[in-house]
Amino acid sequence: MKMVKTTLAMLTAAAVLGAAGMAHAGATLDAVKKKGFVQCGVSDGLPGFSVPDAKGNYQGIDVDICRGVAAAVLGDATKVKYSPLTAKERFTAIQSGEVDVLSRNTTWTSSRDGGMGLVFTGVTYYDGIGFLVNKKLGVASAKELDGATICIQAGTTTELNVSDYFRSNGLKYTPITFDTSDESAKSLEAGRCDVLTSDQSQLYAQRIKLGAPDDWVVLPEVISKEPLGPLVRRGDEDWMAIVKWTLFAMLNAEELGVDSKNVEALAKETKNPDVARMLGADGEYGKDLKLPKDWVVQIVKQVGNYGEIFDRNIGKGSELKIERGLNALWNKGGLHYAPPVR
Amino acid sequence: MQKNIGAPQGFSLSDPRVRAWLFQIITVVAVVAMGWFLFSNTQTNLQHRGITSGFDFLERSAGFGIAQHLISYTEADSYARVFVIGLLNTLLVSFIGIVLATFLGFVIGVARLSPNWMISKLATVYIEIFRNIPPLLQILFWYFAVLLPLPGPRASISIGESFFLSNRGLNMPAAEATGAFWPFVVGLVITLVAIVMMTRWANKRFEATGQPFHKFWVGLGLAIVIPTLFALVFGSPLHWSVPELKGFNFVGGWVMIPELLALTIALTVYTAAFIAENVRSGINSVSHGQTEAARSLGLRPGPTLRKVIIPQAMRVIIPPLTSQYLNLAKNSSLAAGIGYPDMVSLFAGTVLNQTGQAIEVIAITMSVYLAISISISLLMNWYNKRIALIER
Repeated sequence: MKMVKTTLAMLTAAAVLGAAGMAHAGATLDAVKKKGFVQCGVSDGLPGFSVPDAKGNYQGIDVDICRGVAAAVLGDATKVKYSPLTAKERFTAIQSGEVDVLSRNTTWTSSRDGGMGLVFTGVTYYDGIGFLVNKKLGVASAKELDGATICIQAGTTTELNVSDYFRSNGLKYTPITFDTSDESAKSLEAGRCDVLTSDQSQLYAQRIKLGAPDDWVVLPEVISKEPLGPLVRRGDEDWMAIVKWTLFAMLNAEELGVDSKNVEALAKETKNPDVARMLGADGEYGKDLKLPKDWVVQIVKQVGNYGEIFDRNIGKGSELKIERGLNALWNKGGLHYAPPVR
Repeated sequence: MQKNIGAPQGFSLSDPRVRAWLFQIITVVAVVAMGWFLFSNTQTNLQHRGITSGFDFLERSAGFGIAQHLISYTEADSYARVFVIGLLNTLLVSFIGIVLATFLGFVIGVARLSPNWMISKLATVYIEIFRNIPPLLQILFWYFAVLLPLPGPRASISIGESFFLSNRGLNMPAAEATGAFWPFVVGLVITLVAIVMMTRWANKRFEATGQPFHKFWVGLGLAIVIPTLFALVFGSPLHWSVPELKGFNFVGGWVMIPELLALTIALTVYTAAFIAENVRSGINSVSHGQTEAARSLGLRPGPTLRKVIIPQAMRVIIPPLTSQYLNLAKNSSLAAGIGYPDMVSLFAGTVLNQTGQAIEVIAITMSVYLAISISISLLMNWYNKRIALIER
């Protein structure tokens, strides 16, 4: 009978494990509150987006989205654990429930939004694919790249968009694909390929990691639309709304002139009804999102508004010095436009 | 009913045979139930999360470029074709690796038994170094430390103005078929038939009269004379296209990309160290008495080795050699580390990521490795059976 018992025990264990994999609305929020931290999938080291500093603390615009979520849900932006993921690993990690949010410079496309059981919550950064080449090659435009060998990161939309671009311009190329952006950069430096292609923001980030950044130039062409944003699992609308509104809160805060320095003062005393609603001084708009009353105050105080996050990580306050461009607010000539809190 | 002979009538748990049957049935049911449970649970969860499943994606066009494809490929081709390309790339590196590792392994293995102190010590050092370093590190070493620091295409190392070694790989002349190609193939077939017939005749005569025949030299003669005749009559079957520097890179000829080169070298060097040890143990397993007996029968050292020692050593060498071949084929999946477009990197990597259908892609990939490994295994078992000792 011992064998029967063992078999039964195994079956029960399998059933329990299997059932644990089921998702339902609100499950992620409950789980996050219970374990006390947000598990966040980030890039495996991309300056400005997610890179660990000397002390091992992750920093970057993608990281700040997760910190914002933690600040809104748990009231503490430090309660985030990070899983560095390669481009190839990222979707499996979020699908399987290994991470709660995937904030890893991922391009929003219809197939990723539709068929993968995932859903994008917004756009953190409007990007486009560019080319990084050595100045010695004397190439001024991407149209002169016929016959070039190109280093690309495996499993990205870059692979597809570069192929489209070369095909539509009647150019030939040889792709060399690597798992990590570091390997691609190393191969570019060693001369395995003539060109490194990636989202432009990444190219600027890779460029400063190269031995002699001044020898390299980013070509002017931007050949595709790459709206980058965070993803959550499909079927958990509560959690999706929280991640979505974390970004909206950051954008709204910038628009209304609320920043990490004045947020507490404004929360106590403001004449602007928009600011009052957003910071919880008027009404309890956090409740609808299953969040505490002061959720925006926590996000802005601990992480900052979108403008602060941008400048600190990739803008003028950082090594990358990327212009706001498309990433300015809608009323300043950019594309960022967040629905109001009310 | 045999089952009931000498046992109490009817169903009783005290009957050991009833118990044996019962437990077997329970086990089968449990295994099937578990399998079904895992399958249906996966299905339910996939559906619940809105993840597309099924194999329809194989027909969709891939839309990305591939560095090395043995069959023609454009971005408009389907994922199914990408799968075939990945499979062929895996088979290519496995095949080259197995051939080279066997050759190198035999040489090193014999060298280790050499009476020459220097040679045997060098072989020992080789084996101890290369079999004790993880294969991934060796692949990375050959790729990043040896091949990539080579000069670029414009300053490449030229060997006889037709082979060019640079950090873009080894460019070599490629043979292109001309109009005389098919007549030449017919000539090769005729050569093969002639050699087989000659060997049969020689073996028969040897068994009947004991007269040896110079099979090797006559066969070599046939292999040279007949194809040459065909080439003279119909013209050269192949045209050589020599690589030329043009624009960014070489144009024409064939290029062995550095990823393939690094992978082949690393896998060959690594596996050869193990094969060398197998060969040494195989040769050591044949007792010295066999050599003495052969010599006392009047066999010279060459035939002693070929006809007495090696056939017996092979019986010990083949089974572990099979494992080494399997290991090499499976280790080729480490290609992903340096971006060689093999099955794992291309199909289980890029395709999985572009389609998001992890379960299907991984299942296909696992089945492929299983099929490759089982094929190698069956082939080697068949060979092992052929050379096994037949007891009389």
